[in-house]
Amino acid sequence: MSQEEMILKINNIEVKYHEVILVIKGVSIEIPKGGIVALLGANGAGKSTTLKAISGLLNHEDGHVTDGSIEFMGERIDKMAAEKIAKKGIVQVIEGRRVFEHLTVEQNLKVGAHMRKYGRSIKEGLEMVYHYFPRLKEKRSETAGFISGGEQQMTVVGRALMTSPKLILLDEPSMGLAPLLIHEIFNIITKLNKEEGISMLLVEQNAKLALNVAPHAYVMENGRIVMDDSAEKLRNNADIKDFYLGLTDHGGRKSFRDVKHYKRRKRWLT
Amino acid sequence: MELFAMTLVTGIMVGGIYALVALGWVLIYKCSGVLNLAMGEMTLIGAYVSLTFYSMGVPFLLALLFSLIIGFILGILTERIFLDKLIGEPVLSVIMVTVGLSFFFKGCVELIWSTDTKVFNPPVFSIEPIKFGSIIIGEVYLWSFVAAIVLLVIFVCFFKYTRWGLAMQACADDEMAALSIGVSARFVYAAAWAIAFMAAGVGGTLLGNINGLNISVGYLGLLVLPAVVLGGLNSVPGAIVGGIAIGVLQNLSGVYLDRYFPGAVKDIAPFVFMAIFLLFKPYGLWGWERIERV
Repeated sequence: MSQEEMILKINNIEVKYHEVILVIKGVSIEIPKGGIVALLGANGAGKSTTLKAISGLLNHEDGHVTDGSIEFMGERIDKMAAEKIAKKGIVQVIEGRRVFEHLTVEQNLKVGAHMRKYGRSIKEGLEMVYHYFPRLKEKRSETAGFISGGEQQMTVVGRALMTSPKLILLDEPSMGLAPLLIHEIFNIITKLNKEEGISMLLVEQNAKLALNVAPHAYVMENGRIVMDDSAEKLRNNADIKDFYLGLTDHGGRKSFRDVKHYKRRKRWLT
Repeated sequence: MELFAMTLVTGIMVGGIYALVALGWVLIYKCSGVLNLAMGEMTLIGAYVSLTFYSMGVPFLLALLFSLIIGFILGILTERIFLDKLIGEPVLSVIMVTVGLSFFFKGCVELIWSTDTKVFNPPVFSIEPIKFGSIIIGEVYLWSFVAAIVLLVIFVCFFKYTRWGLAMQACADDEMAALSIGVSARFVYAAAWAIAFMAAGVGGTLLGNINGLNISVGYLGLLVLPAVVLGGLNSVPGAIVGGIAIGVLQNLSGVYLDRYFPGAVKDIAPFVFMAIFLLFKPYGLWGWERIERV
């Protein structure tokens, strides 16, 4: 994929929290313009931290990119403040549906549009969001803390859309949602990517889903990228099948009694 | 009956001043979740600044304007110097810093203006009271009330309709999420402190016109706390209503209860009332209720 134009290049970054805790050890990721890239991995692998390193939210948690570089459209952003990075067009949808609970749905969206210059473009933005999420239009004047989880997730994605982003970093949009809702949200995400041309970096636990949506994926373990390939190849990879898709080599259900599981995993990590 | 009506009206008018100071509390709480315990001292500084300009012969309104400008600058400076480093730290540590700030400000005031009582000279508001039928009120009180109402309307609109108002509330709700969509937390906090300092300045100046100014005016900051809590900590209308309620309560208890509990029942009544009120409405009148999903 080197011949395509890249919107974001992460070049061998290292991230430390509180200046001593090394959580990311040399991660490199490239996202093509208008593409979707998935980032898979177990809990604590460093996926969310990678996203925060890109969006600059890391500084807020006393973490820093101590080595390597992050380039967005040819410009280095790894030392920039979060709000500047957001202004450049990168917006992160933090995991856990962090709506502004006490504001209404529409006010939530308007906060997303606060960087826009004119009143008219806020209206256009709202219309676009309501076009993709008709459900939000019905709930527009309700307090965001009281709407359902799925609607909150829609609000959060819609809020990110309001910033007119070039790249959205999605952190586990499927977390805690019903399968049908997940399906709906992922459909909208794909549509947004196709119709609005927004590039996406998708962090997911649900590997099957992620590999369906993203043509290219990275696998992270223990703060490192351990695998990086097209979704097609990853889907057929024996290890991925085993660890992430829950299938054995023969396509049946896997058994944890299998000793090989632990050994194979171990091989990755060293 | 006449006494009652009079006490009530005076209470409402005095409450207007409390409301102004309460507004400053609410502004800072609303966008950062911080209880600013230095509010009383900020009131004091605002008052002294306008008094200083006024004694230099500057017309009153202009002096007030200067005090607003200086309040704005001081607010931003305070945020930049003392609180900027604390963005992202636990709210409690920020509250402790405001306690420190309150001592610091008090020291500065004593250093610059000394501890003697100073008055606006010549008096700004005529001593002649205004009569509405049988009810008599001082001009100062009337103006404080008007100022409180005007500021109420301005701030309610600001928080409801403007993007910065919304961004400020968003910051209070979830600082991290607000940052992720490009709200500048530094800007929001600086603006909140600047506005709070300005509101305190208006309140302090009006207060100074009633009994003159000395260091004890700063204790008003604490007296206003029941007003803020009553209104619900982050509600602008709540601050105004709370302020007025405390004003009324204070005056009524001063007139009617002083007989039975001689001493400073006037000062304690608001706190007693606050404690009882919170038993029934723990989030105050219109405060944000913590939304918990089960």
